[in-house]
Amino acid sequence: MPDRLLGSTEAQIGASRPRARSRALLAGRGRYLDDINLPRQVHAAFLRSPVPAAVIDRLEVSAAARSPGVVAVLTWADLAPVCQAWRTLSAAFPGLAAPEQTPLANGRVTSVGEPIALVLAASRALAEDAVAAIELDWRERPAVGVATAALAADAPLVHPELGSNLAWRFAAETGDVAAAFASAATVVEERFVFSRHTGVTLEPRGILAAFEPSEGRLEVWASHQMPHQLQLHLGELLELAMSQVRVTASDVGGGFGVKMHVYPDEVAVCAAARLLGRPVKFVADRLESLMSDIHAREHVIEARLAVDAEGRLLAIDAKGVQGIGSHSVFPRSSTVETLMAMRTLGAPYGLAAARAQADVVFQNKAMTGQYRSVGHPIACAVTERLVDMAARARGEDPLAMRRRNYLEPGDGRCRTALGLEVFDLSHVACLDRLEALMGLPALRQSVAARRQAGEVLGLGFAAFVEMTATGSEVYGMAGVPVAAADTIQLAVEPDGSLKASASLSELGQGTDEGLVQVLADAVGVAPERIGLEMGRTASGPHGGGAWASRGAAIGGEAAWHAGRKLRGQILAAAAALLQTPAAALDLVAGCIVDAQRHERITLAALARTVHFAGHEFPQGTLPQLQVAHHYRREADIAIPTNGIQAALVQLCPETGLVRCLQHWVVHDCGRIINPLLAGEQVRGGVVQGIGAALFEHCRYDAQANFLDGSLADYLVPMAMEMPDIAVGHVETLYRGSTLGAKGAGEAGTCAASAAVLNAVNDALAAVGGGRLAEIPLTPPLVLAALNDRSNAG
Amino acid sequence: MKPAPFHYLAPATVEAAVALLAEHGDEAAVLAGGQSLMPMLALRLTAPAILVDINRIGALERQSIDAAGYSFGALVRHADAWAAVRADDPAHLLARALPHVAHQAIRHRGTICGSLALADPAAELPACAVCLDAEIELAGPAGRRRLTADAFFEGLYTTARRPDELVVGVHVPRLGPDTRFGFDEVARRHGDYAILGLAARALVVDGCIKDCRLVYFGAGARPVVATAAQAALKGAALDDGHAHGRAAAAVMGELAIDPDLRYGATYKRQLATALLKRIIGQWKAPQ
Ligand SMILES: Cc1cc2nc3c(=O)[nH]c(=O)nc-3n(C[C@H](O)[C@H](O)[C@H](O)COP(=O)(O)OP(=O)(O)OC[C@H]3O[C@@H](n4cnc5c(N)ncnc54)[C@H](O)[C@@H]3O)c2cc1C
Repeated sequence: MPDRLLGSTEAQIGASRPRARSRALLAGRGRYLDDINLPRQVHAAFLRSPVPAAVIDRLEVSAAARSPGVVAVLTWADLAPVCQAWRTLSAAFPGLAAPEQTPLANGRVTSVGEPIALVLAASRALAEDAVAAIELDWRERPAVGVATAALAADAPLVHPELGSNLAWRFAAETGDVAAAFASAATVVEERFVFSRHTGVTLEPRGILAAFEPSEGRLEVWASHQMPHQLQLHLGELLELAMSQVRVTASDVGGGFGVKMHVYPDEVAVCAAARLLGRPVKFVADRLESLMSDIHAREHVIEARLAVDAEGRLLAIDAKGVQGIGSHSVFPRSSTVETLMAMRTLGAPYGLAAARAQADVVFQNKAMTGQYRSVGHPIACAVTERLVDMAARARGEDPLAMRRRNYLEPGDGRCRTALGLEVFDLSHVACLDRLEALMGLPALRQSVAARRQAGEVLGLGFAAFVEMTATGSEVYGMAGVPVAAADTIQLAVEPDGSLKASASLSELGQGTDEGLVQVLADAVGVAPERIGLEMGRTASGPHGGGAWASRGAAIGGEAAWHAGRKLRGQILAAAAALLQTPAAALDLVAGCIVDAQRHERITLAALARTVHFAGHEFPQGTLPQLQVAHHYRREADIAIPTNGIQAALVQLCPETGLVRCLQHWVVHDCGRIINPLLAGEQVRGGVVQGIGAALFEHCRYDAQANFLDGSLADYLVPMAMEMPDIAVGHVETLYRGSTLGAKGAGEAGTCAASAAVLNAVNDALAAVGGGRLAEIPLTPPLVLAALNDRSNAG
Repeated sequence: MKPAPFHYLAPATVEAAVALLAEHGDEAAVLAGGQSLMPMLALRLTAPAILVDINRIGALERQSIDAAGYSFGALVRHADAWAAVRADDPAHLLARALPHVAHQAIRHRGTICGSLALADPAAELPACAVCLDAEIELAGPAGRRRLTADAFFEGLYTTARRPDELVVGVHVPRLGPDTRFGFDEVARRHGDYAILGLAARALVVDGCIKDCRLVYFGAGARPVVATAAQAALKGAALDDGHAHGRAAAAVMGELAIDPDLRYGATYKRQLATALLKRIIGQWKAPQ
């Protein structure tokens, strides 16, 4: 436990501080990728594949190259001399099929939107004009769209050289599943369909790359979640030392997992900058974003749950298919989603047996990747829906069912049936808190009364376990160079303010504010006296960036230890100068004080002395007012968090429209560094979960043609559609760290769509309608279920 | 995406604008509020060689409300029209429909006439214009002419406007005091184009529907008048459930709804009857 200041009125940890940078962003003074311009810069536009699968017969760029303002038109043949192709390999996925991928198409295309050629021109508009002048002849090939059809004997092959569309197969089993189902008093089963959706960032992907030939240095600005990872891979692909590659992420307008990959178009831009020796800028427009950002969560899962006569869950059995698109995304692989979707099945509950199998298949669609709460929402919806169905089959309260079956190891730890190690959980406390937050008895009465009056209302719940702050074992053992550790550098400026640099990334979520709060408490200075820089590989330490809800649990811990180290250095320097034992001194609000809290010297005066009058120190003392701390958790592959969500929905019996009336979340993310920001993380996540449940869908036709080219077609939830979201917290500290913080960034997304799905089914059941197990819950689906009387008694 | 290159011209008078249209014909596009045209240009769904911006033509800003009805010049924005109509008759069809057109910010730029000229099959205002027997006024090289809305809307994004004509205004006749209006639509999100909508009016005397007009949007290539359903309601009492049932059946039969990839014709037919029911409910409520 942090020993001082915490709990006192001065403590910053636990304070609801608005994120300082928000003021600049709200005032329009942000510096996003497209706000950055370099002398001599040219603008990129891509010719992208209009068809899902084709062999390119002819690609003629000479007319385009003569188009006004055009500097160059490049194809893979032009880039190949300076850029490697790549394959997504990972020992975590034995047998993973790894087709070669190139930044621009190499003779054929495997999805709509795949970049084929790159035009560089004086403006984006001129570049787009020239794109239209590229001559492209192709022979269309049959395409695979529907994931469940990808393994059929006569299915066309996305990559003929692989001989199959199977990318990877997951299988895990514990206990005697067959016996559990044979002995069950109740078995429920369902076929779930999850449609593709994506994380729509306000700021689209973008990159600006400049190459200085005299130094062989590539300088890159990118709207990216992990500039350090991008630096590493750009170095590899362009055969440059990492020291020759600088990546800077300035303000980043949202990531959600979309901006954590190595995208072909972004690599092409860097290779082009190297070839041309001129800065190249590419900012995806919304059409490009929707068709070439990673998509996620296309799964079909058949699952069943066995329950004994006492209402105890016995076993879960699931078989799924995930469609990952044309390639497994580089470098982390799209298969992570299936891995997490399968491993987190049944996670909140004690189950004696479990079986999970999944085929991960290639299709002629955009790549999928790690979208916020990777895989968890799939498992959560499957599990929580089955639990509700079982409760209904038994005629009991769905919350009673959950309460009875929660897996809570107390002070110990244990494994879920599908192999997650869990500890420090608080399911029961969260459920108690949720019931209080909702005012559940009164709410249920009012729901009953409104139903009597003819409204079609549903109340749905979804408990969850979210694995956060992934450790180095996961990618490290897979041989994939992903940093799970983070580092903070910290130094005292001559005026006593602090200069900090973190390997983490700020995407708008407020990690910067949280780190500053931790540093302030750890050192003993006001947060306003700390200047924190993030997202710069040139000056900042290498580290993870933003993924797997790591900001507080890993970054916060690095900050705490860095701060304590610096505090020790400061007190040692003060002790030498004041000729007082360091143990008798303390650092409070930027002042070095004695045991009676009398001021001895300000940090500013001390720093001035160190920097400008070092001779005043006794001979032999050389104060080091700068530290770095590299934090890697040594135990626990990931930190489990838990919580529960509830949704109240209203169905329109005439149109099938679903209105979310209210949403509740109780989450346990361990120590809360900033309740305001933690709450907003949860709310934002819930909105994305509701979006998935009701609106968002990357639609393709059966031949894999992409149908949603704009935000008029791809429906993101907007303020008018969103309910109030009440958030409560339970704080069960993670015992493996000093702060005890766990991840908070993804929990909102984890269970929101499951809660809405359960709520809609609750409403349908109340009027004797059919069941639904498909998201998004479109109005036609809901109306058909409302009118489905086949279940009526 | 960025628009393909175009020439930009901003005439100051209707005559000058018409002269430009006469010179450039199909090559030119009129720019009013830009709320539909600019996105279409940016997505390169259209690439006119010349943009004729009419926003400097002060004469087109005029709107009038008098005993004869409402007149809106080609530069009258949705928001201003709404405020004026609401002040005159809060129950009026346009007062009900306009809040469903896009979002407030868009309604401050977009124009009533732009919406009519565009003739989006899912838009509210073309259906309202047909329902209200509005007249669209066009100016061309040969002078001005007026067309009824029903004659103006021809099909998907196509109207009777000739390439050398400018829509200069729309005239909405005032209807008798016994007129009741009804408007509703079904949209996934607030401000979206509707999946299906219905603009309607009825002449109600002594609780009896003397005459009515039912115009669906989102149902076909242009506003669709449900004539059989109108006939089924004509002469029926407002609370005559049987007549309502006959009208609903007629709607089901007569609406040849274009197959819709996203929502399907079956679903849209269900919405059509649901909307009809709601509209009759609106007619019953005191206005
Ligand atoms: C996010 C969003 C949501 C929207 N939602 C809706 C909605 O729900 N319902 C709806 O109806 N609309 C909606 N719109 C469109 C909006 O209502 C437009 O304002 C309207 O359709 C066009 O009006 P405008 O003045 O902006 O026309 P412009 O965009 O300037 O022009 C539209 C078309 O009409 C032509 N045109 C315009 N004025 C004239 C004229 N005087 N003479 C001849 N031709 C002319 C133009 O050449 C062009 O082809 C939405 C727009 C956006 C951006």
